[in-house]
Amino acid sequence: MMLRVNLVLLAILVACALSLVTSRHQARKLFVELEREQTQTRAYDVEYGQLQIEQSTWAMPARVERIAREHLRMELPAAGRVEVIDGTPR
Amino acid sequence: MRATASATLQLPRSRAPLLFGGLLAILMLLIGRSLYLQRIDNGFLQEQGSSRYSRNIEVPAHRGRIVDRNGESLAISTPVKAIWAWPEKVETTPEQLKALADALETPVASLSRKLREGGEFVYLKRPVAPEVAERIAALGIAGVHDETEYWRYYPSGDVMSQVLGFTGDHDVGQEGMELAEQSWLGGKPGTRRVIINRRGEVVEDVASIRAPQEGRDLALALDTRLQYLAFRELKAAVESNKAKAGALVVLDVKSGEILALANWPAYNPNSRTRAARERMRNRALTDVFEPGSTLKPFTIAAALDSGRVTPTSIVDTAPGTLTIGSATIHDAHREGVLTVEQVIQKSSNVGAAKIALSLPPSTMWQTLSDAGFGAPPRTGFPGEVGGRLRPAKSWKPIEQATIAYGHGISVNLVQLARGYTLFATDGELKPVSLLKLDGPVAGRPAIAPETARAVRRMLEMVVAPGGTAPKAQVAGYRVAGKTGTAHKLEGRSYTDRYVSSFVGFAPASNPRLIVAVMIDEPSAGQYYGGSVAAPVFSTVMGSALRMLGVPPDAPLSNAILPPENADIREET
Repeated sequence: MMLRVNLVLLAILVACALSLVTSRHQARKLFVELEREQTQTRAYDVEYGQLQIEQSTWAMPARVERIAREHLRMELPAAGRVEVIDGTPR
Repeated sequence: MRATASATLQLPRSRAPLLFGGLLAILMLLIGRSLYLQRIDNGFLQEQGSSRYSRNIEVPAHRGRIVDRNGESLAISTPVKAIWAWPEKVETTPEQLKALADALETPVASLSRKLREGGEFVYLKRPVAPEVAERIAALGIAGVHDETEYWRYYPSGDVMSQVLGFTGDHDVGQEGMELAEQSWLGGKPGTRRVIINRRGEVVEDVASIRAPQEGRDLALALDTRLQYLAFRELKAAVESNKAKAGALVVLDVKSGEILALANWPAYNPNSRTRAARERMRNRALTDVFEPGSTLKPFTIAAALDSGRVTPTSIVDTAPGTLTIGSATIHDAHREGVLTVEQVIQKSSNVGAAKIALSLPPSTMWQTLSDAGFGAPPRTGFPGEVGGRLRPAKSWKPIEQATIAYGHGISVNLVQLARGYTLFATDGELKPVSLLKLDGPVAGRPAIAPETARAVRRMLEMVVAPGGTAPKAQVAGYRVAGKTGTAHKLEGRSYTDRYVSSFVGFAPASNPRLIVAVMIDEPSAGQYYGGSVAAPVFSTVMGSALRMLGVPPDAPLSNAILPPENADIREET
């Protein structure tokens, strides 16, 4: 009787030990995955920052003005060519 | 029968216990040693063990962005790579070493020396472009890794360099707003302890020793488009007038926010070679100058407030000079009998001095002090100064007379622009802010509303034909302002070098913006504020009002254009 109980307990112990090993392994695998995803997040962060810099650089008024003047041949009308009109509804 | 048994080998009686005892002693010794190592002297071995599988890794925290009032990025930290190695783990073939050296752009010899002498950890190169870091990673050399760190970029370049400042090592603010708001912007990197596997990959988080704290974004009051406009016009004016330097401030009347603050000469904060200190100074806040005639409205306001004069009171400025003790005050044009309004319009020094001398010094001092002179404008900008306004008790009559037209008192440009909030509002001094605010702020009443309105009318006359600054006119808008042309003080005597300035606001019917322009030592022939600074004011104010969509308030038929060769009348 005692022997049978011991055998059952042993079997449970082995099962527990094995499940501990597997879950530990699972945890490690998931952690590695998490690390990878976090690295990916950081990579996207990097890209976002760089895109922000790029966007700001392209949108700088100095550049916009240069393109408007040189490429599109736009210019500010001289004061004499500006007519101020009254926009208030009557 | 027993005798046959005794025929077997007879060992000495004591031998077995002796052997047993000996083995037991050795066993005890081993147990004792292992207990000693496990329990008592376990530090060394544990350290050795953990150094083989765990590391403290720094978790970087990025610095907050600086953005303008519309969310446009002005300063961004972006991660770049730092290449580092564990020399003891590095195993390379000569080809790999050569490739690594090529990617890092260093000679093979210096690289291998670094790897030999590096100890446990060595930086091979920082910063490195992410593409280069990828190429190095592709080489797959064990023990060579990259790490992310942050580098600051300023897309606007020199346009607002003095306001933003820059960061130094480890992305810590060193100048300007980067320094002033360091604790807000700066991120605090954290540390965590991890377990690594044989390939150097992190396999388990042991503990977070210190959680990283990310930096926060900072919204400035600046408007990038206005700032660029101000910078462009200022730069053009400084260059065409062959001036030493210049500064320009655009202030929102309702909120006191600094919408633009330009300085020339400037520098490019992206270049890591340091520019001259000269170019880094934010002159509008850290330099003082004698304002000259731009201070006259405050004298007149003090006189009107005291009730001693009215806008139409008569002041005799003939013969254009006024002698006090041994000193004589001059007018550039003889004007004769003027009203108080005309003293401002024609900028008469003698007139302003006479009005000032009719006041007790303490009254005048109080008004100037209430207008914010003599104390820093408290923008929080590092190195801002307050200028000099000596206590009224120490004023001699000649000093009171010269302070009336802006000599013997020093101010910075932001202070001067802020002072004009008195006239742009109904007599309130608004606090100025470099940071974006949510809405209008309450000012501190300094002069009576009637006085403010009276001075505002006078300032409008300055820009009208017959005033000193017809070139400050803006088509479609009513403009009010005042010119200034001050002799520069060198040591104790005045020189023939000038500071030309113009401070004004528009639309005069409901002021929205104050623009203050200061040009230091114009030397291309022109030096009057009305011909050097007023045109800059006109361009910046006109474009700014149109950009902000402020409805024109000038009578439509009254879109007078300043005549090209207008007679610029100005006192110095």
